Amino acid sequence: MKRYDLVIVGAGPAGLSAAIEAAKRGLQVIVFDENEKPGGQLFKQIHKFFGSKEHKAKVRGFVIGQQLLAEADEAGVEVVLNATVVGLYMDKEIVVQIDDQVHHYKGDAVIVATGAAENMVTFDGWTLPGVIGAGAAQTMMNLHGIKPGKKILMLGSGNVGLVVGFQLIQAGCEVVALVDAAPRVGGYGVHAAKVARTGVPFYLSHTIVKAEGETEVTGVTIAQVDEHFQFMEGTEKHFDVDTICLAVGLSPMSQLLKMAGCEMEDNPKRGGQVPICNKYGETSIDGIFVAGDVSGIEEASSAMIEGRMAGIAAAHYLGYINGDELEENMSCQTSALEGLRQGMFAPKNRGKILERTEEGVLTSMNLLKKGFVADDEIERYPGVTHRVGIHPVMECTQNIPCNPCQDACPKHCIKIGEKITSLPAVDETAQCIGCGLCVASCSGQAIFLLQEGVEPGFTLITMPYEFLPLPEKGDEGYGLGRNGEKLCKATVIEVKTSKAYDHTNLLTIKVPEEMGMRVRFYKAE
Amino acid sequence: MKKINDRSMDIGPFVAAPDDDMLICRCEEVTKGEIRKAVHEGMYTLTEIRRYLRTGMGLCQGQTCAKLVKRIVAAELQVSPDELEPATSRSPMRPIEMEVFAKEADADE
Amino acid sequence: MQNRIDEHPILGEFKKGKKITFYYDGKKLEGFEGEPIAAALKEAGVMVHRYTKKKHEPRGIFCAIGRCTDCVMVVDGKPNVRTCVTPLKEGMVVQTQYGVLAEPFEEQ
Repeated sequence: MKRYDLVIVGAGPAGLSAAIEAAKRGLQVIVFDENEKPGGQLFKQIHKFFGSKEHKAKVRGFVIGQQLLAEADEAGVEVVLNATVVGLYMDKEIVVQIDDQVHHYKGDAVIVATGAAENMVTFDGWTLPGVIGAGAAQTMMNLHGIKPGKKILMLGSGNVGLVVGFQLIQAGCEVVALVDAAPRVGGYGVHAAKVARTGVPFYLSHTIVKAEGETEVTGVTIAQVDEHFQFMEGTEKHFDVDTICLAVGLSPMSQLLKMAGCEMEDNPKRGGQVPICNKYGETSIDGIFVAGDVSGIEEASSAMIEGRMAGIAAAHYLGYINGDELEENMSCQTSALEGLRQGMFAPKNRGKILERTEEGVLTSMNLLKKGFVADDEIERYPGVTHRVGIHPVMECTQNIPCNPCQDACPKHCIKIGEKITSLPAVDETAQCIGCGLCVASCSGQAIFLLQEGVEPGFTLITMPYEFLPLPEKGDEGYGLGRNGEKLCKATVIEVKTSKAYDHTNLLTIKVPEEMGMRVRFYKAE
Repeated sequence: MKKINDRSMDIGPFVAAPDDDMLICRCEEVTKGEIRKAVHEGMYTLTEIRRYLRTGMGLCQGQTCAKLVKRIVAAELQVSPDELEPATSRSPMRPIEMEVFAKEADADE
Repeated sequence: MQNRIDEHPILGEFKKGKKITFYYDGKKLEGFEGEPIAAALKEAGVMVHRYTKKKHEPRGIFCAIGRCTDCVMVVDGKPNVRTCVTPLKEGMVVQTQYGVLAEPFEEQ
């Protein structure tokens, strides 16, 4: 049996972050992961992350994965892949299957960072080929370059459903509808808005009645549900689809901890069975720590901070740093984590309907019910202003922890302030030069540049565009509204791509003046 | 004593429901009706259900159905799912061939 | 090509191994070395990976990360191989799994 200072289970964002911090403090660290590749779910995350600079905001998930791997390598972390941990015992003995052999390891400290598993829902035909998890869709399209289907219905309006829905469109699939049994969109409004404006209809208070097909999915029927989640007769709608994608939440994969004898609790706020642990992730068993989704479902950004904290805590547990160093090392991690746990989607606000933003602006009910902000709601947000000439319009309408736009603007046109959940506001005294850096920096793709009142009768709209084929200058097409409805003819004026934009292309179209505040997407003829 | 541990608790007779044919455990092909019936036959804990019907004992080891089974049993017992103790977790956590499980790596490893 | 993404707006072109042939229920198919067997099957339009033991129901890819085991097939004579995480190799013999065997139920 080989001994290590620290054995980590799971090489995802939490496990790798923990390994880095521990190894940097002198611990001999080994990380086991059952997958063929490290990085956990990060390599399937092709969108730009939210948060602040310290949370690697506006960097795409898979790039963060590459950075973490490089950092782990540099710190001397040993990562063993295709290594399935099949047992964890109270005395911190770990049983691992590697190839066709079973190995035993002993960790003086152990960090469990096994992440989460997808929840499922049942309906008639849910076992048919073609009904897949959202994670499966992401794995197929973003890792293996295979479309999970041609026509897809997405169930679930949480961030996973919204993000994967958008990624399906990026991969070239058609998303026919986004459905959720809940009466309100569960994920970030900006994620919903970028799906809705491509023309995907949202059906809230709806769920799947049945998947149709003999040997594989050929269609799906959904129906409206009442407040007790019972189907309402006569509300059925049918869609021809070949794929049904389920994104109905995650559960912590905490079985190893239960097996080891850690005290557990069933905590619906954390997503299910989780170990009881202190603020640094130490469980009821001395020297066994947890980090990431296994201790409560959150985002990858918070998993990385929790991982760093668990790594530091393990170093302290083994005497590599003293109590003062522990407190000192932890303080910046704690504040980074606190920063992410603020705003309308903070754990403490889960399940609540917030009628106003922190600034006192009324929440868009249309956004919550249909996935887009209505034309008559948008003008009330501080990021939405008008002036003659070019200027940013920031359709950021919920308090979420994110601020890259503020730093992106070289002319300081955008103000968020110290509190990163505040809505961005336009500084009227600063002069926008139309560089578009804010448009590309917005992880929620909620910033547009408008050029108003320059060419009589027309407005120019610059929007983020992450689809192929890329339109070309001079192309004629349609301007679509926030709900994806065709509103008017539009001409492509310019298509800008730049390394600084990181694959977010900037598409400028010309629309009639009265459409300037209504058109938010472009579709070719 | 917690209500769910009270074996004399009367949960009423099993009443058939239209969705009893719904497959819950995909691996062992156990239906909702079978799970509900098992509760009425006296299987009040998830461990008992598992041993009685093999839910969660197939290839995937309950990865997919554990939460679903829990919800069904809880509803039948008229308790909240978080009151039910999850089934025991034990090694091996993942499906592993007997041949491999028996093959210990060299001790010096 | 049925389902492969030629060029992705964010990821560009996908790096693939060399093109190889393998066998699916006796048919010769093409795929890329090292990609999951399931990916090559999906490209070929194969949806049903197995039929279940009790109810003989069709199953295919469900989780795609090796957890749910719904996509198992008989690979090179070995049953219960998770095709979503098993890398494709030249000449592999992949068969639909009926229960735990490669023979259809009526022949079992």
